[in-house]
Amino acid sequence: MTRTLTAGFVPLVDAAPLIAAAERGFAHAEGLELRLVRQASWATLRDHLNLGHIDCAQALAPLPIAAALGIGQVRSEIVVPFVLSRGGNAITLSRKLADEIRRANGGTTPADAKSWARALAIALRQRAEPVTLAMVYPYSGHNFELRYWLAAAGIHPDRDVRLIAIPPPLTVESLRAGQIDGFCVGAPWNGLATAAGIGEIVATKSEIFPHGIEKVLAMRKALLAEESLCASLLRSLAAAARWCDDPANHVDLAELLAAPQYLGTDPEQSLRALRGQLKGRPGQPDADYLYFSRHDANRPRREEALWLYAQMRRWGQVRGSTAAIVRAAEAEAAAVFRPDVYARVFGGGDRDDAPRPIPACDRVEFDGVSVESYLQLFDLATPFGVDYRSL
Amino acid sequence: MSARHLKVLIIDANLVRAAILEDGLRDCGELEVHHIREMSNLLPRVAAINPDVILIDLENPSRDTLEQMFQVSRWAERPIAMFVDKSDSDAVQAAIDAGVSAYVVDGLRRERVKSVLDVSISRFNAFHRLQQELNEARSALADRKIIERAKEILIERQGCTETAAYALLRRKAMDQGRKIADIARALVTAADLLPPGEAK
Repeated sequence: MTRTLTAGFVPLVDAAPLIAAAERGFAHAEGLELRLVRQASWATLRDHLNLGHIDCAQALAPLPIAAALGIGQVRSEIVVPFVLSRGGNAITLSRKLADEIRRANGGTTPADAKSWARALAIALRQRAEPVTLAMVYPYSGHNFELRYWLAAAGIHPDRDVRLIAIPPPLTVESLRAGQIDGFCVGAPWNGLATAAGIGEIVATKSEIFPHGIEKVLAMRKALLAEESLCASLLRSLAAAARWCDDPANHVDLAELLAAPQYLGTDPEQSLRALRGQLKGRPGQPDADYLYFSRHDANRPRREEALWLYAQMRRWGQVRGSTAAIVRAAEAEAAAVFRPDVYARVFGGGDRDDAPRPIPACDRVEFDGVSVESYLQLFDLATPFGVDYRSL
Repeated sequence: MSARHLKVLIIDANLVRAAILEDGLRDCGELEVHHIREMSNLLPRVAAINPDVILIDLENPSRDTLEQMFQVSRWAERPIAMFVDKSDSDAVQAAIDAGVSAYVVDGLRRERVKSVLDVSISRFNAFHRLQQELNEARSALADRKIIERAKEILIERQGCTETAAYALLRRKAMDQGRKIADIARALVTAADLLPPGEAK
């Protein structure tokens, strides 16, 4: 008997495993009918998931953790048994701001992500107007990448620039209209901005957080009770992810994504993202710019949930009151990721695995264990409830 | 909570829906209702109004922008909860079914906010019904036009009366289990392909 599951997605290249599973036979092979529903925003996707209008969804990795902790929303029981993608995001600045930075950098183009940020810090000091940068959602890898990149160069993301959220499909138009000076967003939107000649890519997620977790499969916890259904879903996604990673399928995949019901954008830029060929970036192609399956990509790791929670703490998204509350929240955040469910289907270790350290561009590592000592390593942070804009 | 009016902000580019909602909120007692229809440069305008309750279409892409604002601003201290009460899942379900999302400053008088939300839900539903009726009226009008055109073609080419032309269309529709308008549409298309003189 064929079972139907409804999955939400947002028009991005990293919806590829879900779309390929539905369109290239991987779901059918597991006796599944995967019905995909496009979502207008991450907030809408979350609400439909919470209320069971959809069974599962492509989600920003921090989103289910924020949902479990009840931050800015109704507390809900969403679990993550599978990682859909790693990498894929980039920071694009307007041509005008990029030129300003070049001037501040003695007339030369900064060589890499770190030097772009350092030169931006100089440019900001010479500038009267504040710079407005966009990311896609407060609980997103994009927000944390942009903040990390800025802070590593001594730029405080809440004090020295204005950060706003814009859904991915609106980023390029906002940059063109001059409403923002740059953004951090997923593929294909960075490529589309450079192709249109209105932006310049200055940093990629693969530079800031190598192999960094990006989109996950967020699923209603109740679905875990249906073990075989869950296993079928995970197996079909793993097969689809492997297919998406294979360069032989990239042209087909880019065409598939270009369909109006999915991304409805130029397949050329999706293809470049899949191949890690970003215009004007040194060291291209970047083989691990965006990937779906290799390097054990799909296994959710508890230390990554903890690391995401640490980013939330660093930027004042969660109240870090007493040690007991912090420990409880940490445990709750980590429990959202379900390596045990993944291991039941695919084998390998689960929670007893030794945590692997998580690296970053400034050589600061999260050891996978202590959020507290990790947070001690940073000078710049935002305490909960502080609004620098109103000071 | 002081006795000052509850400030309600409607964010909606759809003027008709916003007007229907605003009209309904008039019956909710002492409210100060604001309306933003332009989505560009949203944040400073929301901040200037400083609302207690925000009502916005569930599918509005600007919700992500709003949620970011709640997270970094002074609203983080008085958390914004979606809908009236976290445990009130019936209200949440009803609201989402109606396509409305509400952001409410925690700690407000529940009853007041509840009545605002109830009105929003019923007004959003009323708007959907209106839209549906409008669509039905539009398609009924279109159907009538196409049937008229098909009758004209039959009268012209078969030399029959109007009544006979209509009877012919209706019989065909019944035979094929389709709507008369569908048969008429097929006939009009075919007639376009076969200019008069070629058809016998």
